[in-house]
Amino acid sequence: MNIHFDERLDGELTVIDKAEVLADLQHASPDLTLLHREEDLHPFECDGLAAYRVLPMLVAMPETFEQVQTLLKRCHHLGVPVVTRGAGTGLSGGALPLEKGVLLVMSRFSKILSVDPDARLARVQPGVRNLAISEAAAPYGLYYAPDPSSQIACSIGGNVAENAGGVHCLKYGLTVHNVMRLDILTIEGEPMTLGSEALDAPGLDLLALMNGSEGMLGVVTEITVKLLPKPETAKVLMASFDDIEKAGRAVGDIIAAGIIPGGLEMMDNLAIRAAEDFIRAGYPVDAEAILLCELDGVEADVDDDCATVRRVLEAAGATDIQQARDDAERAKFWAGRKNAFPAVGRMSPDYYCMDGTIPRRELPRVLKGIAALSEESGLRVANVFHAGDGNMHPLILFDANQEGELELAEDVGGKILELCVAAGGSITGEHGVGREKINQMCSQFKPDELTIFHALKAAFDPKRLLNPGKNIPTLARCAEFGAMHVHNNELPHPELPRF
Amino acid sequence: MTNTNQPLPQAPAMTEQDNAETLCEQVRQAYRERSPLRIVGGDTRAFYGRAVEGRTLSTSEHRGIVHYDPVELVISVRAGTRLSDLEAALAHHNQMLPFEPPRFGEASTIGGAVATGLSGPRRPWAGAARDFVLGTRVITQEGKLLRFGGEVMKNVAGYDLSRLMAGAQGTLGILSEISFKVLPRPNATHSLRLTMPIDEALKKLAELGRKPLPITAAAWHDGGLHLRLEGGQSSVKATHERLGGDHLEASFWQELRDHSLSFFQGTGDKALWRLSLPPNSGILALPGIQENEVLYDWAGSQRWVKTSLDAETLRRLCQEAGGHATCYTAHQDGGASEPFTPLNPVVAKYHRNLKRELDTYAIFNPGRLYAEL
Repeated sequence: MNIHFDERLDGELTVIDKAEVLADLQHASPDLTLLHREEDLHPFECDGLAAYRVLPMLVAMPETFEQVQTLLKRCHHLGVPVVTRGAGTGLSGGALPLEKGVLLVMSRFSKILSVDPDARLARVQPGVRNLAISEAAAPYGLYYAPDPSSQIACSIGGNVAENAGGVHCLKYGLTVHNVMRLDILTIEGEPMTLGSEALDAPGLDLLALMNGSEGMLGVVTEITVKLLPKPETAKVLMASFDDIEKAGRAVGDIIAAGIIPGGLEMMDNLAIRAAEDFIRAGYPVDAEAILLCELDGVEADVDDDCATVRRVLEAAGATDIQQARDDAERAKFWAGRKNAFPAVGRMSPDYYCMDGTIPRRELPRVLKGIAALSEESGLRVANVFHAGDGNMHPLILFDANQEGELELAEDVGGKILELCVAAGGSITGEHGVGREKINQMCSQFKPDELTIFHALKAAFDPKRLLNPGKNIPTLARCAEFGAMHVHNNELPHPELPRF
Repeated sequence: MTNTNQPLPQAPAMTEQDNAETLCEQVRQAYRERSPLRIVGGDTRAFYGRAVEGRTLSTSEHRGIVHYDPVELVISVRAGTRLSDLEAALAHHNQMLPFEPPRFGEASTIGGAVATGLSGPRRPWAGAARDFVLGTRVITQEGKLLRFGGEVMKNVAGYDLSRLMAGAQGTLGILSEISFKVLPRPNATHSLRLTMPIDEALKKLAELGRKPLPITAAAWHDGGLHLRLEGGQSSVKATHERLGGDHLEASFWQELRDHSLSFFQGTGDKALWRLSLPPNSGILALPGIQENEVLYDWAGSQRWVKTSLDAETLRRLCQEAGGHATCYTAHQDGGASEPFTPLNPVVAKYHRNLKRELDTYAIFNPGRLYAEL
């Protein structure tokens, strides 16, 4: 079943004439940039999940807080849905537009408002790029820790919406651990401050709730993040294995030795060869798996930890261990990993990137399951894995020009996510549910749990105008989606109404 | 310098009991009868928050570790498990709850620790209670046991209800089970005291905070800056040598964490207040308060003050500095009638909306946080 917005399943949207909405918004906010001609709308028809495209009714590109506020108030009044978008790099279709909705593009909010080195805080607008924060903090020896692979381009507002991660999460946390304060506008246009520059704020922790809420509870207008002192040094070890399960066990052994690496990444043979072919990172193309283990901190401690990790890797059966000799080689080792997605992209006309998480101990079983799915479908799967925190990124290779291959890839992807759920994991570690994984949410959560999510949504946006259809499936959708997987002639969720 | 990497004795046996169904039934009854519940674990934190009128629902019989895999750095535990039991089980594998939840008595439970959301001296460096919550099992108003989050480090599926429950003081539902990220205990630790006045200490902390040093606790009181260093043997040793100072017993941090330092004993006719302020805030000019009536923790971001100043004045001064103030002395013992800083009207509206959605008939700890919550 596809994931396009279906009013029959996802809820009705107000029918309203485009010209009327345009006139209303132009009247209410004469200086607001509004795009409405079809050719102007096309660049905004998708985010990083480019397989899905929808032309929005209108695109609004505000530059001031007041313009955003007015827009929300008018859309609330008219009953027009609002989909908020940052840089549009998201991989789960969280910013996929709605035909009957306004796309609110926040990319013009691109100012770094302040960097306070003594308080180690930066105040930024939501359109600021992730990496730009670290660049602004660098003169003070500080940086912003979460580093999603798209950090050159992705915006901090989108990071908050998806609770973005990166390769350093095990040690430094996700976005939610690094945001101190959010200034938001509600769908009714009311300004609200969540969190504070202090380490807590009175009342319920709405700041935690807002992180990862995919633009469904409010629109972020300003973000205060915490900055960390740059580690004195970082060193990286690369270990090769002739067996992927051995590599998986080595990950556990490193943690069991009491070491929390700054980054701990695994790649399988297909991913290694793709990366090596693209980047020439010096990867061993014959290895079944490699582990990249980065240790950071104070020089003397890092040297001690490198020695410990080397011993652990040897004992775990690594066939070769290399330590990057200098920062240049370290950057080269990482370049292979950070470019793994485009590298795999060169091997195949299209690829589909998954984002499931599992308890690390389940890795061998899940990898076997993925291999079986790959064989059964005939689609190759490359595995890239944030091994330290259990976040897998299987990349399913396919050719969208071949009849039925996109559907086949989606089907394999869906089954991989179900494997993750069955192993005690989650369908998404850092990319978000968006529209992409809306159906798999029905595998991860029971109807009662989804009902609680809908109640949370109703507390902030009872008219369901903020990014409707994303993140949380309706029970009707789950009933319909479940019907695709009739098992032993039993319908899942028999208690739900059918449409 | 202490090497904390010593082998530990056998983990102590702990009573296990799954009482979830009984708790659910009690909630279902309360829901049917629209009768409020006063939710307690060890009932050691009753002073914290407004008094709740209602039938007592105790989670203390719902206890035990459900699942612990040290290599995964994850533990799942029933809410009624005593903090002391949980910490002993973790210590047996040389691990810890990094947020150092305060223990206000032997009966303190992990459910109470998460519900109040309080964190100890390591908080500015490691994170707060909510930062280590990976998942929860929650009893809803209808008496259903539901699962949110999970036992994995990264999970962005659905709204983060689990972290919302941390610090909600039971006003949105009952925590039945909680999964945490845990961390290895540091290899080495050393604590020291530098004699210096507070203005100098705050300057020093700002300067140290910009450097990648292994500091994991910083408090100033009684003319001395107290620092804890934790990390690898080499960096702790090097930082110790660089900073100098007098040796400080590690027990200082436990006593600070649990409010058993003499500072917290006998506040007389004064109330104990907690001020939460942005990092690098200066000294607050609090009328009539002596220097020895203030204890600075969290490198100055959390300040304990013994005062008879009225709540409004204190809160205004904190608010002007970008922070807020909480009264730790119960109202019946002379503390403020509203222990928590009142919310701004918009934020309060969405608090009410959430309460209405998740606890329609106000059966969960009504009034604990605010009269309307």
